[in-house]
Amino acid sequence: MEHILLRHREIPDINTIIVYKKNGGLDAFRNAVTRMKPNEVTDVVKNSGLRGRGGAGFPTGMKWAFIDNKNWPHYVVANADESEPGTFKDREIMEGNPFQFLEGVALACYAVGANAAYIYLRGEFWELAAFLDEKIAEMEEAGYLGDKLFDTDYSLKIYTHLGAGAYICGEETAMLESLEGKRGQPRVRPPFPPSYGLYGKPTIVNNVETLTNVPLILANGADWYKSMGTADSAGVKIFSLSGRVRKPGNYELPLGTTFRDLIYKYGGGVQDSRSVKAIMPAGASSSLILVDDDKILDTPMDYATVRTLGADLGSASVIVVDDTVSMDWLINKTIHFFKHESCGKCTPCREGTYWMSHLTERIHEGKGTTADVDLLLNVAKQMQGKCLCALGEFSTMAVVTGIERFPQDFNNAVSKA
Amino acid sequence: MSLAKKYPKEVKQILSKYPPEHKRSAVMPLLFLAQREEGYINKASMQDIARMLDITETDVAAIVGFYTLYHDKKEGKYRMQVCTDLPCALRGAEEFMESLCGNLGIKVGETTPDGFLTLEAVTCLAACDKAPMFQTQGPDGIKYHENMTVDRTMELLSVLKRSGREVE
Repeated sequence: MEHILLRHREIPDINTIIVYKKNGGLDAFRNAVTRMKPNEVTDVVKNSGLRGRGGAGFPTGMKWAFIDNKNWPHYVVANADESEPGTFKDREIMEGNPFQFLEGVALACYAVGANAAYIYLRGEFWELAAFLDEKIAEMEEAGYLGDKLFDTDYSLKIYTHLGAGAYICGEETAMLESLEGKRGQPRVRPPFPPSYGLYGKPTIVNNVETLTNVPLILANGADWYKSMGTADSAGVKIFSLSGRVRKPGNYELPLGTTFRDLIYKYGGGVQDSRSVKAIMPAGASSSLILVDDDKILDTPMDYATVRTLGADLGSASVIVVDDTVSMDWLINKTIHFFKHESCGKCTPCREGTYWMSHLTERIHEGKGTTADVDLLLNVAKQMQGKCLCALGEFSTMAVVTGIERFPQDFNNAVSKA
Repeated sequence: MSLAKKYPKEVKQILSKYPPEHKRSAVMPLLFLAQREEGYINKASMQDIARMLDITETDVAAIVGFYTLYHDKKEGKYRMQVCTDLPCALRGAEEFMESLCGNLGIKVGETTPDGFLTLEAVTCLAACDKAPMFQTQGPDGIKYHENMTVDRTMELLSVLKRSGREVE
C-alpha cells in the first residue's frame, strides 16, 4: 500500500515545494480558501472519522466545531512536542513530508478562522525547527502564506516555537502556558482550549500526525478516508515500533492491523527469537498488556479493541518487551521518567511519583519486601483519578498493571531481600 | 552587553513572532539566545530579558529552573546527553553509557577535566528506533547522533575537539 503520511518513502524530494506541488500538494488549501466556507472544511474532516493521533483519540472535526465564534482572534497550535517514550513519528513526518504537515496546519487555520498558527516543537528538535522555518519561508514566497491569500480576504502566518525540554508541555494546556512564556504547568479544565486557549483566546491544538492527514482528506474526500481502518477508528496510523524487535521504526498501517503483523511481518520478529512477554501500546504511559497466550498477538490495533486488553492505543508507540525483561526493572524505568517530568503543580502527582520512585528503586535493587510492593500498588491506586492532568494518571499505569499482571516478577525481586 | 545590542537582528526577529501585547512569549527563544555563547544563563542576562519583556527577574529565573535545556551554571563547552529511557534501555543504552563513562574517565553528571564535555543521562529524545543515541548541546545548538557505538562516539569527540565540527 502506498503511504498517505510517510509519502517521502515513495516520492523522492517531496520535502521540496516543487515536488510537493507536482504531486497535488497545496491544491486542497487553495481550493478551500477560494471555494469553500470554513465550516464546510470542518464538515469534511468530521465526516472522515479522523481522530486525534496524539494519544487521546478525540474526533478532530468535532474539536474544530467547538471553536468559540463569539471570541476573537482564534489560534491553531500544532503539537510537535513529541516526548512520549516510544514515540518518534512526528519527527519523521516533519523531516520527510513537511509541506503536507504545513498544509494541514493551514487548512485547520482556515477551518477555524485563525490567522496565526504556532508549531510548538520540543527544544531538542532544534535543527528541525530551522528546517521548518525554511519551508514556511518557501510557502510565503510561493504565495501560500501571508496577506490576502489568492486574492481573498484571508491572511495566514505560521510560526515555530521551541520548547526547552519538558514532557509535560505535550499536554495541551501546559503547552499553551509555555507558549505564553510561563512554566509549562497544565491549567484546570474546563474551560477547554477551543473556548479559552492561547492568550485566553479560542485555540485548536492538534498533533502533527493528525494535521498531516487533513490535506489528503480534503483532496480525496471523507469517504475515501473512511474506507481505510475500522468503523470505530478510520484511516491510517503511524505505529512507532521499538523495544526488543529486529526492525524498529515507523510503520504506517491501517488502524486495526494486528500486533502480530506489526511485530513479525513488519518488525522482523523479536530479537534473538525470544518470545513477547508484554506490550506497551502507548509508550511509557501505557498499561502493560500481558502476552501469556499467543492469540493476544492477533488483536487488531484500533482504539476500541485495544481497550478490551486493558490498555489504550494512545499514540500507538508500541514498545515490545521480551521474556528476558523483569517488570520490576521496567517500572523503575518508567517511574524514573515520570518523577523527572512531573511539573510539580498538583500534590498527588508530585508526591506520588516521588514516593513511587523510592519504592521501585528499592524493589529493583533487591532490598524490597512484599510490604513494599503492596505499598507501591497502594500509592499508585491512590493517585488514580486525583491528578490535575493525565501525566499523573499515566505514571500509575505500568505500575499497577505490572504488579497485577506479572506478580511472579515482583515475588522474585523481593525474595532477594 | 544587552542581548538587543549583541544580537539586534535575532532579537527583532524573535519579538516579531508574538503579538506585541504578549511579548512575554519571547522569553524562551531569548533565553536560548542568551545561552548561546557561554552555555549557561547568568544573572545579568536574566535581568536583561526581564526588562525587555516587562516581567520580573523571578519570572525569568522560574523558566530557567523549569526547563531542562536551560542551564544556570557553567559546565562543559558541550553537553553530551545520552538517552537512557525505557525504549533506548531495551536496546543497549545503559551498557553504552557505562562503556562511555569508562572511555571518558568520568561519571554521569561529571565534566571532563579540560572542561570540554559534560556527560548527562536524559529522558526520551524521540529516537527510540535508533538507540543507542545522544544529542550534543553546544554553541551551535542541539544535534542528534543516532545508532551510535562507543568507538564512533570517541571519534566524533576527537574531531569535534580538533575542528569544532560535529561530523561522524
